[in-house]
Amino acid sequence: MLQDSIVRSEANATDRGEPIIRLDHIRRDFDTRGGHITAVDDVSFDLFPGDILCLVGESGSGKTTVARMAAGMLKPTRGHVFFEGKDIYEMNKEEFGNYRRAVQIVHQDPYASLNPIHTIGDMLRAPLLKHKICKSRAEATKRAGELLEMVDCRPVENFIDKYPHQLSGGQRQRISIARAMTLNPRVIIADESVSMVDVSIRVSLLNTMLKLRNELGVTFLFITHDLAVVKYFAWEGNIGVMYVGKVIEYGRTPGIIGRGFHPYTRALAAAIPEADPDLTRSKEKLQLRSLDIPKLTELPDGCVFHPRCPYWIQGLCDTTKPPLMRMPDGRLVACHAVQQAVERGDDPRDLAVTDQLANQIMRE
Amino acid sequence: MSSATASVGNTQNQRITPPPAWRRFVSRNKLGTFGIIVLAAILILSFIGPFFLPDKNPTTVSKIYCSPSWENPLGCDNRGRDIWYQIVNGGKKLILVSAAAALISTFIAITLGALAALLGGWFDTVILICTEVVLTVPNIILLGVLAAFVTLNSPILMVMILAATGWPTLLRAVRAQVLSLKEREFVEAARMLDLGLPRILFREVLPNMASYILINFVFAMTGAIYGQVVLYFLGLVSLSGDNWGLMVNEAYRQGAAFSPDGVLYLISPIVMIVLLMWSLTLVARALEDVFNPRLREA
Repeated sequence: MLQDSIVRSEANATDRGEPIIRLDHIRRDFDTRGGHITAVDDVSFDLFPGDILCLVGESGSGKTTVARMAAGMLKPTRGHVFFEGKDIYEMNKEEFGNYRRAVQIVHQDPYASLNPIHTIGDMLRAPLLKHKICKSRAEATKRAGELLEMVDCRPVENFIDKYPHQLSGGQRQRISIARAMTLNPRVIIADESVSMVDVSIRVSLLNTMLKLRNELGVTFLFITHDLAVVKYFAWEGNIGVMYVGKVIEYGRTPGIIGRGFHPYTRALAAAIPEADPDLTRSKEKLQLRSLDIPKLTELPDGCVFHPRCPYWIQGLCDTTKPPLMRMPDGRLVACHAVQQAVERGDDPRDLAVTDQLANQIMRE
Repeated sequence: MSSATASVGNTQNQRITPPPAWRRFVSRNKLGTFGIIVLAAILILSFIGPFFLPDKNPTTVSKIYCSPSWENPLGCDNRGRDIWYQIVNGGKKLILVSAAAALISTFIAITLGALAALLGGWFDTVILICTEVVLTVPNIILLGVLAAFVTLNSPILMVMILAATGWPTLLRAVRAQVLSLKEREFVEAARMLDLGLPRILFREVLPNMASYILINFVFAMTGAIYGQVVLYFLGLVSLSGDNWGLMVNEAYRQGAAFSPDGVLYLISPIVMIVLLMWSLTLVARALEDVFNPRLREA
């Protein structure tokens, strides 16, 4: 409940009207062969028009599950997904249709997301004709050309009659974006959309997506494991850092990447490679107690991060789940150690390393 | 400089001009082309051949198990009837009935299998139970029981009975394929674009398994041929008319296998059935090329 009011108050503080998508304490359980797991637990956030929200985290942190629930492809076990203030599972057919068309996904794998048997033109024309955005095939072809230009696939003639296998990974991913744009969506959920693309192509692909956001006002929910990409793409937006199904830190991008409070965020930021060796040397190094992500089937008690956390407080972190608490600068952090530092009036990044780890470092 | 670029452009244009589609098909699919020729030959023989033969194939006592000659290219059978005449006349009904049965059972399998996979839930459960029930009952016995209840004298009934037993295996295969295909990201993308179930089924999912369906159609057809032969063999169908299946049965029962003179009587229909099935398989494999754009290019 506390958490609820915090998320809401931040929403009101920014005063940008109604969120397009609001996730309200969503949770998703799966029954796998290994046992019952909670892939996403109690995640809430608002997505405002024109926003960029990045979800970052390791594999298995539940980013994609959140994305699929936001897209209406997966039903939350608990909690609600609101689109323009309406619960998507209480919508009538027409409202749900509007929602479905307003939110599009760009998938991770450009080799699996395009049907190998259709030409690029077929792929782009189908939704245009089906939803009567274009009246004739010729008109749809023209519109498909415009969409291809929009995603920088020029000249259009080199693309429109091609099959996916004739294009490179980066080109396919552009096609994937163009296809998502056919229905003039308001939200694009980019699920690791650049992670399978060659590094040299990545920036230009990100620029294409930024162009869509700046020129067409498309809202982005961007999912990635790569903080360097977030730094480039979402400097003006928000980040939610996820760890085994929970959001552990949430706030403006510069604050989180530059000065993360949660130990996990700091460890992630420390892992961004820098081209400048001096910068790399001067960077904070954070030693984790363990590199293993806990199994989703047997999550640790208390804070899920405590077995890896260099700052864990014995008797507190391993027994009590830390709630998401508002920090003085407005961000939300779920960490007992940070919370205590703030209460003492210390710098939340100035935490005491656990004795055990200190001994270990001494020995080395 | 400009002339140089122009000439480069020209040579590229010349290289890009592709040979006609059929030439590419032939050069890429030598076996497939051979299959098409054999299949065409069998079809012409069976459907047009009978017009060039006399109406009757008389029994001639003096010609029992006679050797091949100009008059009897494949010799004669145990009753002195021309074998070539029976071969030419014996394919039409067999091919038509098995093709029709395969068409119907493939249609049932695809529609119900794909729907079961896409819709899931109780529909999937009911379809699966039906499939398992039909699969559990041995085909031959089911055929036999059905044939015992229904007098099998019309080809349409025969088609129905063969189709009724032919669909379960393919249905399970189609269902499994669709289950895997529907998890693909391009299907999810189509769902996100709200393209509708029919478009997703017939334009996104099924074309990806067209070659698979074709091959299974051929299997269904061979299955129907076997089924017919079994029915003839068990005497559950009226033993009249010329038919390759019937010929095998007759030759076997009349002991042609044990008589050196009867070899052609037994071998000829078997060769025809084998050629038919083999050519069908080759054609199905070659058609895979046509459906796969990755292979379609030169």
